[in-house]
Amino acid sequence: MNGETDITGAGGVPDPVTADLRLSVNGVPRPVTVDTRETLLDTLRESLGLTGAKKGCDHGQCGACTVLVDGRRALSCLTLTVTADDVEIVTVEGLADGDALHPLQAAFVENDAFQCGYCTPGQLCSAVGALAEAAEGWPSAVTPGLSAPPRLDETEIRERMSGNLCRCGAYPGIVAAVGQVAR
Amino acid sequence: MRPFTYERPADVRSAVAAAGRPDAVYLGGGTNLVDLMRLGVATPRTLVDVTRISSRAIEETGGGLLIGAGVRNGDLAADPLVRRAQPLLARAVLEGASGQIRNMATVAGNLLQRTRCPYFQDVTKPCNKRLPGSGCPARTGDHRNLAILGHSEHCVATHPSDMAVALAALDALVHVEGPDGARTVPMPGLHRLPGDEPDRDTVLAPGELITAVEVPHLPFAARSRYRKVRDRASFAFAVVSVAAALDVAGGVVRDCRIALGGVAHVPWRAEAAEAALRGAAATPEEFARAADAELARSSPLPGNAFKAPLLRNVLVRTLADLAEPAEPAGFAESEPVETP
Repeated sequence: MNGETDITGAGGVPDPVTADLRLSVNGVPRPVTVDTRETLLDTLRESLGLTGAKKGCDHGQCGACTVLVDGRRALSCLTLTVTADDVEIVTVEGLADGDALHPLQAAFVENDAFQCGYCTPGQLCSAVGALAEAAEGWPSAVTPGLSAPPRLDETEIRERMSGNLCRCGAYPGIVAAVGQVAR
Repeated sequence: MRPFTYERPADVRSAVAAAGRPDAVYLGGGTNLVDLMRLGVATPRTLVDVTRISSRAIEETGGGLLIGAGVRNGDLAADPLVRRAQPLLARAVLEGASGQIRNMATVAGNLLQRTRCPYFQDVTKPCNKRLPGSGCPARTGDHRNLAILGHSEHCVATHPSDMAVALAALDALVHVEGPDGARTVPMPGLHRLPGDEPDRDTVLAPGELITAVEVPHLPFAARSRYRKVRDRASFAFAVVSVAAALDVAGGVVRDCRIALGGVAHVPWRAEAAEAALRGAAATPEEFARAADAELARSSPLPGNAFKAPLLRNVLVRTLADLAEPAEPAGFAESEPVETP
């Protein structure tokens, strides 16, 4: 942290506080100097050139900025970058294996799961996280019981993906794509 | 957003010391605080990140479950111990927010999240909670989603948490460390009614840090339900919600726990309804009488008067479902624990 001085600054306006970090993004160490106010979404897009994660609402309500943090889906717009120096971050750019699409990416193509594509990176990262949660037996609000492993039917997929909005309304394709990979 | 210093204390003691400075606040998952900072509602000078020092363990104690303050909401609802022993808590957590937000939000942060009253979140508007003495436009403005119980002329905000409603029903104990040492705050009781100090959401003193939440064993926890009514099927705050557990024998209510969400500045323990129910016949008529006993304390505003009959119907239906012999959608005692 480079903010050892009085942050009140001259004239009562606090000076920005910066921090030198080493992020890990898609398996690559990424040294970066950030303002403490900076969100992970802005760092990814503006400093690291990873523009896959999208800024939709910037308030945690649309899911377009979804990335994976230590394997769990999370919202990069509500994550301060300064808090993320000791976690593994995966963005949509990190899903494919070279030219081989991630199975969910392929399924999105196959099922016409997008129109404008703006929400797609967030949908993909969210779906990766949702399938991992289901594979670990996590129930959702619509799972009938809390003991049996969830069956990922349409109702389950819609509930688990409810943090990702699609204003084109490509939901039928998204549900089909996620369901195809879940099977 | 106002510039701030970021600190990651090594232990609870140094966190409490750091939080004692002016305009210092604790940072958990940040799902509410970071948004409020962006909106200009919260303007801390120091963020004290406690996520690395808050316990993420869920343990069985002699009398219940001890849940670390840093447990993420997603992990909480997925935990086999919680699913088996406290299905009401698991269900309430699953009804809240989205998968992403549940993965980020902590137990302590969930309890301490602020109201989503539109005037509180808009710095261009007066709000007694954000700026004491500036007034409450909600009383004559948009209060459709605000309180019908326990509000004051100064504030009609609601507490938005689902998890807290279950914890209030379950007599949870909130463990706190502060400048003057450790103490335990019972739920309900952590959150306070607005009165003439709506800027104070809870009874916590400055610098006090939630370290764990203890949920005592409830013998009839398997017969419990969290029912939430919202404006869309998922990912929305409660218009009204009911957390209820019912112990019925021979057609008579032996014991019950009822708390209500979306209707007050606090997760509202329905003490009048509970008192009316204990010893009463487990019939829809008695359930309605209990609901009416609780609603007798309500004072809806013009724009949210619909919440009173809505709450009555949801409460009666929830109790009726629980009174049926069929096992509710909880975790039956005899079922094996699914180990993820």
